[in-house]
Amino acid sequence: MEFEFDWEANEEKVKELKIFMEENKRKKGALIAVLHEAQDLFGYLPIEIQKMISEELKVPLSEIYGVATFYSHFSLIPKGEYKIGVCLGTACYVKGAQEILDKVEKTLGITVGQTTPDRKFSISATRCLGACGLAPVLMINGDVYGRLKPGDVEEILNKYR
Amino acid sequence: MITIQELNEIKQKTLENMKLRLQEDSGKGLHGKHVLICGGPGCHSSNAEGIKKAFKEKIKEKGLDKEIKVSLAGCFGLCETGPNVEIYPDGIFYAHIKIEDIDEIVENHLCKGKIVERLLYEGSLKDGKIKQVSEVDFYNKQKKIALRNCGIIDYESIDEYIALDGYQALAKVVMEMTQQEVIDIVKASNLRGRGGAGFPTGRKWETAYEYKANKKYVICNADEGDPGAFMDRSILEGDPHSVLEAMAIAGYAIGSDQGYIYVRAEYPIAVRRLQIAIAQAKEKGLLGKNIFGTDFSFDIELRLGAGAFVCGEGTALMESIEGRRGMPRTKIYRTAHRGLWQKPTIINNVETFANVPAIIQNGVEWFKNIGTEDSPGTKVFALGGKIKNTGLIEVPMGVTLREIIFDIGGGIPNGKKFKAVQTGGPSGGCIPEEHLDTPVDFGSLGRLGSIMGSGGMIVLDEDDCMVDIARFFLDFTVEESCGKCVPCREGTKRMLEILERITKGEGTPEDIDRLESLAETITNGSLCGLGQTAANPVTSTLKYFRDEYEAHVYEKRCPAGSCQSLLEFFITEDCIGCTKCARNCPVSCISGKVKERHVIDTEKCIKCGTCMEVCPTGAVIKK
Ligand SMILES: Cc1cc2nc3c(=O)[nH]c(=O)nc-3n(C[C@H](O)[C@H](O)[C@H](O)COP(=O)(O)O)c2cc1C
Ligand code: SF4
Ligand code: SF4
Ligand code: FES
Repeated sequence: MEFEFDWEANEEKVKELKIFMEENKRKKGALIAVLHEAQDLFGYLPIEIQKMISEELKVPLSEIYGVATFYSHFSLIPKGEYKIGVCLGTACYVKGAQEILDKVEKTLGITVGQTTPDRKFSISATRCLGACGLAPVLMINGDVYGRLKPGDVEEILNKYR
Repeated sequence: MITIQELNEIKQKTLENMKLRLQEDSGKGLHGKHVLICGGPGCHSSNAEGIKKAFKEKIKEKGLDKEIKVSLAGCFGLCETGPNVEIYPDGIFYAHIKIEDIDEIVENHLCKGKIVERLLYEGSLKDGKIKQVSEVDFYNKQKKIALRNCGIIDYESIDEYIALDGYQALAKVVMEMTQQEVIDIVKASNLRGRGGAGFPTGRKWETAYEYKANKKYVICNADEGDPGAFMDRSILEGDPHSVLEAMAIAGYAIGSDQGYIYVRAEYPIAVRRLQIAIAQAKEKGLLGKNIFGTDFSFDIELRLGAGAFVCGEGTALMESIEGRRGMPRTKIYRTAHRGLWQKPTIINNVETFANVPAIIQNGVEWFKNIGTEDSPGTKVFALGGKIKNTGLIEVPMGVTLREIIFDIGGGIPNGKKFKAVQTGGPSGGCIPEEHLDTPVDFGSLGRLGSIMGSGGMIVLDEDDCMVDIARFFLDFTVEESCGKCVPCREGTKRMLEILERITKGEGTPEDIDRLESLAETITNGSLCGLGQTAANPVTSTLKYFRDEYEAHVYEKRCPAGSCQSLLEFFITEDCIGCTKCARNCPVSCISGKVKERHVIDTEKCIKCGTCMEVCPTGAVIKK
């Protein structure tokens, strides 16, 4: 799916990123910090922004793309308004996390790494959230839901619809 | 700049306020009390902040906010029963606390001194007698060094860290000791790396110390790669200063003035608490220029990881700090000679660091008296899976797996049978019942075909399929292989495909041989630890649970009843003949008369699971 980057709506954020780059570009190994900042600002790394970073930092775009795709934390598509993270850590897995994830995917009609077309939800599979005592666990924008059964998923998602 | 006198003044002043909690003062009458709420990752997820707020409000309402202090502390360890609350000086442990319960605790316990038995942690009630926190089974076999302050101090207060001897070790080191003396202590203590490999920390430091260079670096590896574990996170969140202090000590020892903490971006709370801690330490002059008035200066910066397991590997981590894809380097040089930006660098795990100030403070003899000769000290484990007391524990090295799982962990819930314990995450293996009396240390776990690892310990019961567990880890490894070496990149993928076939009942006898031969190639032909250990989950399960692989391959059966494609639905004697299942089956393959036991035609069944969901007596099972 194509997501268009809106320069006008993001004018302020672009400015902010430029200031951040200005402050950091002389530091060694600044690229990843800049990508973190961009991802925090825009929620993902639009190709337009990668091009801009390439010009400002004088780093080839291919290298930036290479870094952005290497690390799973960086996303090339926008995340949803509600980011769902289903823990697939070992403790959650042995308590049935896969079924929870399957159910979330089925309910929303998207798979891990995707965003619903209305940009409301996106799903990712996370590693241990430190809440193994509550396994299996899923997190929506910081709210943690634990001791889940596949049957609970629908109701939880409805809260955000 | 802070002086040792000023440090001691902070210590004395703050200790005064912490006496209740340390149970050195029985409280003035009924009122002098301290409510400590667990703010560890698990309890944090279940509204620990809200509970703190509610306690404060209620206590204020009662006009007791002068006598009763309320604070959040790091992980108490017993995540299973969270949110947890402790009341001091009584040492009372309340579990599963909800906002609604707070009124009762305040009214009865805090105002009238009447303990609310209904809310007590069940392990603290025995034969009608109430036990203190320190006496319950979960805690009394533990020994805390790395977690010494977790769950006691307020993690956002540098003063409380100082009160419990914080930064005393750093003061001693920079003012009274030579670099070689520091290294000699760490060497003599035989502290071994807690990040997984168990490399002697002192030796690493000495190599970097001896190598002359104009710049050297100290790195703390806080990338916590094991997908099912949270030890390092709990230390960073519960006691961040212990790591900062240790890094400064390491900096002094090797002659470095710059440290980096490489922490996962997925740990925003840890990142925030580290930022606060670094700012506090800088403000007090415990980091920065001329620490304690000496000419030793040391600074620490955070670098955020971005979700790549391989970046836990030392050289990949350095590549990542340098701003590139985190791919391991060919090991031409040791990192102690040429590491970060080609300068001598030491890299240690969070827990390794957390041990250092305690060793300097209490001495080598004290440390070596704990644990075993091969592996002195303690190890923190994140205990999870099919175990009663899920949580965070720290035990002396040398306790047996059985003690951990059955005495501390409380055994397997729901009357199920223990099957195996997985240690070391994706680099480790599964250990069966017959080896449960093995003492936990670096050597013994390695001999069993697993590894100590960084501290993930997942208990598996009779319902867990060992082939599927191996598949789970390989799935992870395939995703995380950086792709530099063919055996790792392609080999793990082929292994995963084979395991998927087997769990679907499509495996052939040759597949098992192929797994073994692939395992050998990947182990020998990979550059970094990720590839070299990637086959461990497969080889260890093949070694101890070969019969399960064979059942899948020859009999198309999953003995644990876990692999969906191999299961058959079956109606047991518990069937009351309500006909509900037959009416709901989408392919009408259930037959039976009203009030008589029903039968499933397994030939026609499409394994949708509907019958199991609708059966009111749970008579439909998978086997
Ligand atoms: C693939 C891979 C992942 C690793 N992940 C971690 C990790 O998350 N945390 C860690 O401390 N060590 C990790 N290590 C071990 C480090 O390479 C290194 O041995 C360790 O940080 C050294 O510190 P220590 O001696 O204090 O254990 C990993 C190693 C490999 C090969
Ligand atoms: S063994 Fe695997 S993860 Fe390690 S360098 Fe080779 S390909 Fe990368
Ligand atoms: S699992 Fe589905 S298809 Fe099979 S018997 Fe039950 S309801 Fe019918
Ligand atoms: S494995 Fe899911 S919270 Fe720990």
